[in-house]
Amino acid sequence: MRSGATAESLATLREVAARARPVALAREQVLPVLEPLHTLFPEGLRRGTTIGVDGSTSLALAVVAGASGAGSWVATVGVSSLGLAAAAELGVDLARLVVVAEPPSSSWGTVVATLVDAFDAVIVRMRRPPRVTDARRLTARARERGAVMVVLGPWSDAPDVSLSIARAEWFGIGDGHGHLQARKIVVEAGGRRAAARARHAELWLPAAGGGVAAVEPLAEVREFRSA
Amino acid sequence: MTVHDGGAAVRTLVVRCPDWPVVAAGVPLDEPAAVFFANRVVACSPAARREGVVVGLRRRESQARCPELVVLEHDPARDTRAFEPVAVALEQLTPRLELHTPGTCAFSTRGPSRYFGGDDALARRARALARDALQARAVVHVGVADGPFAATLAAGDGVTVIAPGATPAFLAPFPIDALDRPELVDVVRRLGLRTLGEFAALPADDVLARFGNDGALAHRLARGLDERPLATRPPSPELAVETELDPPVERVETAAFVGRSLAGALVDRLWARGHVCVRLLIVAETEHNERLERLWRLDQGGTPGVIADRVRWQLDGWLDGTAAHRPSAGITLLRLVPDELAPAAGRQLGFWGGAAGADERVVRALARLEGLLGPTAVAVPEWRGGRGPGEQVQLVPAGAVDLTDERPSARPGWRTEPWPGRLAAPSPATVAPRPVEVQVLDERGETVTVSGRGFVSAPPATIAVGTGAPLRVEAWAGPWPVDERWWDDAGRRRHARFQVVTADGVARLVTVERGRWWLSAIYD
Repeated sequence: MRSGATAESLATLREVAARARPVALAREQVLPVLEPLHTLFPEGLRRGTTIGVDGSTSLALAVVAGASGAGSWVATVGVSSLGLAAAAELGVDLARLVVVAEPPSSSWGTVVATLVDAFDAVIVRMRRPPRVTDARRLTARARERGAVMVVLGPWSDAPDVSLSIARAEWFGIGDGHGHLQARKIVVEAGGRRAAARARHAELWLPAAGGGVAAVEPLAEVREFRSA
Repeated sequence: MTVHDGGAAVRTLVVRCPDWPVVAAGVPLDEPAAVFFANRVVACSPAARREGVVVGLRRRESQARCPELVVLEHDPARDTRAFEPVAVALEQLTPRLELHTPGTCAFSTRGPSRYFGGDDALARRARALARDALQARAVVHVGVADGPFAATLAAGDGVTVIAPGATPAFLAPFPIDALDRPELVDVVRRLGLRTLGEFAALPADDVLARFGNDGALAHRLARGLDERPLATRPPSPELAVETELDPPVERVETAAFVGRSLAGALVDRLWARGHVCVRLLIVAETEHNERLERLWRLDQGGTPGVIADRVRWQLDGWLDGTAAHRPSAGITLLRLVPDELAPAAGRQLGFWGGAAGADERVVRALARLEGLLGPTAVAVPEWRGGRGPGEQVQLVPAGAVDLTDERPSARPGWRTEPWPGRLAAPSPATVAPRPVEVQVLDERGETVTVSGRGFVSAPPATIAVGTGAPLRVEAWAGPWPVDERWWDDAGRRRHARFQVVTADGVARLVTVERGRWWLSAIYD
């Protein structure tokens, strides 16, 4: 009887373990990214991270576009010159985008904190980098609330992931003819902790017709030899 | 009676003026008129209804059905303002009058009915008072029944009094649409239930299990019960929020602005305790110690936006009201008192899917920011037509749209008109809010010009933005001439666009107009 009782308690134990399993799985802690950006974010955007983007508005939009398309709300603050048509072309759902004008410097922290509380992703641009303590407080708030904060331009704290464009080349435009069609860029990513390993990706941003696409490695060039 | 049923419904008298927005706009009901919001009919006069105009119809379609239709703007503040005399008149009967929507108000009959000699006499008196206040400009219906929902349905034809206890039988034959919950009604009708009686016959627990909280509330209504079990105790007074206004405020806009931030504070305070406000008392005090108050019922639970709207409408009713009821001095204190609370059930996803939880949080955050930064600082995009880089999508204040609802105007297919001369995709990611002057020079250092026929004087060689150093031009394309509003002397604009890529790899959109060059967008 003893072994029977053990088997029964084992079964009970297993049931308890199944019930006590964490409800939030690891993959719920990430937001999706667009397919071409998988080389930069192999497991998606980890909630609570701060991402620094050096200069390129379209890259910042592309980073949040995947999450936006999957139903997340995105806010921008201080990006008074946002090209909304470009945002839509890159895959940001305009029905879930909110644009907040640049707040006076006194209420800066409050505004960003309020946005971080409610939105899944917030794109932030400041004219002058905030004080280090303020920046840290905001990144801590974002981490606690599980929001992704994308910082465009100056920031006084090291972001978790920083992206920069190493090379850019425009296609489709010539000397007085054609028009801008697509830009081939090399994005370099570095950062802290999980993102410490440097990555880079070759992207079309924007691709022809707007949007993002991965640059396919050239098919092997077959050599033709004259017989 | 099971524990879930709580108490029976409160005996309620409802005064309802049908087609109120039309009346409030000052149009007689025998003239065909309709009130439009977002291009759809929200209310129309009986004369228009006879011509085939119904609520929800598009403007063009309704004008086709009834060419002489008077088109009116939707303005809830005007509706409230016009209803204020009725509310003031009915306050002779009870101090606990509550407004549901402009055009409909209700009060509990328990006290007044005994004083004025029964429900019948009270209802007749209420109707006479309302008609006097309106000088017979509108039709007034009065209904008395158990619970405001049944009383509103009863207020459909003159004076109707449903005997105590007869409410479920009165409700049973009404079509299921009376619940005013389109998604629920759609599902229930497909299940084969067509009247409130059939829906009410379902077991309450099963309705809750399948349709969630909202479904359970609808079920209570259909059974002739109150929407919520009666609160056992009144909300504690410290939940109220107030602001003193110094100097005293006479203008509606200023007071409404304060009201908006108060609404946010109130909702935050209630949320922290897990409550939503379903009945709100708005109180204003003036310099001359006048005290104005009015109760509002918030059926779906008050979000900051809903509360802020009610406050604004009510202030409009007081401050812009007729001289007889206007306060004699500016408002010095504004107070919002939650009069009845319900547990904040959150918006659970119903059987039919539905709004995501994020929307509620987002709406609350935006209301807070509007209070902090002003109503125009928070905006959402909407597709418009246009040729310029910033014209295709434009920003509208977030307070002017309902974010919890589907917004077709934010979807790319919203505008289908062609805009010849529009920039081809990809669009620039940065659009200069106002153009910045640039210097575009050719090899010899002279400003590049474009002739009226679109000839470029010489290929651009350098470009200097503002006072910055000149940058070498690597590639360029253009000109794309744009001749806008050529029929309008004052608004006519002729300019030509160029795309320029400089040595640093940055592509820019520049515009030349009357010999001067401007930077209009950056492809960054």
